Amino acid sequence: MEITYLEAIRQALWEEMDRDDQVFMLGQDIGVYGGAFRVTKGFLEKFGPERVIDTPLSESAIVGAAIGAALMGMRPVVEMQFADFISCAFDQIVNMAAKHHYRLGEPVPLVIRAPYGGGIHAGPYHSQSPEAWFFHVAGLKLVAPSTPRDAKGLLKAAIRDPNPVIYFEHKYLYRHMKGEVADGDDLVPIGKAEVKRPGSSVSVITYGAMVQQSLGAAERLMPEGIDLEVVDLRTLQPLDMATILASVEKTGRAMVVHEAPKTGGIGGDIAARLAEEAFRYLDAPILRVAAPHTPFPFSPVLEESYLPNADKIALKARELANF
Amino acid sequence: MRVGSRQDATAHYSAVERFPRYTMNIEIIMPQMGESVAEGTVVTWLKKVGQRVAKDEPLVAITTDKVDVEIPSPGAGVVSKILVHEGRAAPVGAVLAYISELAVAEEASASSPIAAMSSNITQATPAVSSPGPRPEAWYSPSVLHLAEEHGVDLSQVRGTGSEGRVTRKDILDFIGKEPSVTPAFSRGGPQPSGPAVEDQIFPISHLRRTIAENMVQSKQIAPHVTQIHEVDVTKIARYREANKEAFFERTGINLTFLPFVVKATVDALQAHPLLNASYADEGIVVRKAVNIGLAVALEDGLIVPVLRDADKKNFLTLAKESAHLAARARERRLNPEEVQKGTFTVNNLGAFGALIGTPIIVQPQVGILGFGRVVKRPVVIADAIAIRSMAYLCLSYDHRLIDGAYAGAFLNRVQANLEGFDVSIVE
Repeated sequence: MEITYLEAIRQALWEEMDRDDQVFMLGQDIGVYGGAFRVTKGFLEKFGPERVIDTPLSESAIVGAAIGAALMGMRPVVEMQFADFISCAFDQIVNMAAKHHYRLGEPVPLVIRAPYGGGIHAGPYHSQSPEAWFFHVAGLKLVAPSTPRDAKGLLKAAIRDPNPVIYFEHKYLYRHMKGEVADGDDLVPIGKAEVKRPGSSVSVITYGAMVQQSLGAAERLMPEGIDLEVVDLRTLQPLDMATILASVEKTGRAMVVHEAPKTGGIGGDIAARLAEEAFRYLDAPILRVAAPHTPFPFSPVLEESYLPNADKIALKARELANF
Repeated sequence: MRVGSRQDATAHYSAVERFPRYTMNIEIIMPQMGESVAEGTVVTWLKKVGQRVAKDEPLVAITTDKVDVEIPSPGAGVVSKILVHEGRAAPVGAVLAYISELAVAEEASASSPIAAMSSNITQATPAVSSPGPRPEAWYSPSVLHLAEEHGVDLSQVRGTGSEGRVTRKDILDFIGKEPSVTPAFSRGGPQPSGPAVEDQIFPISHLRRTIAENMVQSKQIAPHVTQIHEVDVTKIARYREANKEAFFERTGINLTFLPFVVKATVDALQAHPLLNASYADEGIVVRKAVNIGLAVALEDGLIVPVLRDADKKNFLTLAKESAHLAARARERRLNPEEVQKGTFTVNNLGAFGALIGTPIIVQPQVGILGFGRVVKRPVVIADAIAIRSMAYLCLSYDHRLIDGAYAGAFLNRVQANLEGFDVSIVE
């Protein structure tokens, strides 16, 4: 049956809560109100206030409490109301959760759900894509699904993973993206990219909401004889370099697409690794299509101009294919 | 498009690849020494750095899989820098060394190389033209890698990319291959079993690698079919037996079956010209010249010298030239032009005892005729059993161009020529 991306997340949470009573949730307005995006509607009634905890507006305290519970063997799932506010918990995440196992040998099985991304006319504090802040930090896993199937399978895998995982769920995809999911435990392994569309002309390496846009660009370019290969990273940390390299070795041309700003973005790191590891296979410069180095705009017109989309990806991919 | 700065790239290329012309102004280039020769190895520098060299004086000895040559200096001067040292290989078109040209006025007085070099600071002259890439040409890492891997001379590849550059696809089209993940970078999947500890590993010689690449390339390009006819060469065998001593006394060469086969083949090629042709992008190229390649076994490989204009030569000339070419090939003294422009190849399979073989076509030709060992066999003639000298004619052809009926007609003609051998063609 086709379900939305949001419903896939809800199902994963529900099934994991049901399966393992060590799994519990903390966040702002996730209980009585059912969450800002209604992901956790009905959970309080089913699982009770000890496992569905409404917290104060204090991200640092929420993550700190969750780390403590994780160290005691529980499996906390934190909901950031918006990924934009994750910076308030930055120290707890990068200095506590990420390093604890390295320092003391105790695992921190923590999941932080981070609703991120633009395209919903929500302005600079409710639209950002902050994954690059955490990409730099050793000790964290980062995942960013693009389909309901990956959303459900990756969230289940994240909850069962012994490491701290930041789960980037894209707000635009919540209700815009529908797809089939398998019943039961269809886990998507962390650390494995997936070629969403095989092609021969250019490798488009992307994730999250830009996967659909890249597939749209591929459709647009097909009549011109330009055959894009769309690689959906799914996991940002650790990167699945084997899949990325295999694709670029095949096509000789690569571009990275993300809606986070280009400056200091994950695309730069992937481009650098391709230059280091696949130089002899490159037939053209590595391009990046990403947002500009400015705050996220509020005006819908500016937002349209700010975010990459299928048209902009097609334009750059055509240049690259004809280089 | 704006990706990458082309000017920066060019500037970088110049800085790395070239030295200031005011001190080093003659480039010594690895010459093209045969159609399929992609690189050569420097054997000996006959002049060392600092030594003077006159125009046309031998400067460097080069070896390739086909020929050994001494390259004369393109101008007078002093060897100022050697880039490719003895024992090292370099692709065709590569700069091997630089010579500082001597200014005419100072040539007599310049007693030291230092003086000769400094005299050029004000005497900049253009570098000699080279057959290498256009000065503004630049190649992506992928293209350079593929060119090296497949021995492609990049100046021969037509570019369809931005500003006419050669793209990866251009070079893949040129070598007629689909893109594939090369083993060097592949991950996972079955790997060939590595050598065991008791196994020995020998380096692959340049000649062996070239043969390997040419064989693989030909099999990839041309769908091979081999068709075999039996031929009765009793008449020729008898003639040869009766005359070989006199022939040797008269000419100094052994009378073998080979010139008889070449003569019969040339006639059949004229009657069936599609076998003296190439299957090319621009169309079917039917060659006017009939140049017969003769496969010659070497100690460590194989080479195919070419008997030019075989259709214009009489039997004695064919016999002499084929013996001469084979001898020179074994001594590795062939000139570059002696291994070029073959239009059809004859392979004496019988030389090493084979009755039948399935030879691989020499690209870009479309046919190769193998001639098996001549043996006496009982044969039925007019319902009686006779003892005859028999051999097999094995024609491999490119099925893109040649079909079985055409190949059969050609073989029938070769067979008829050999069986109907007439002494008049020899004398």
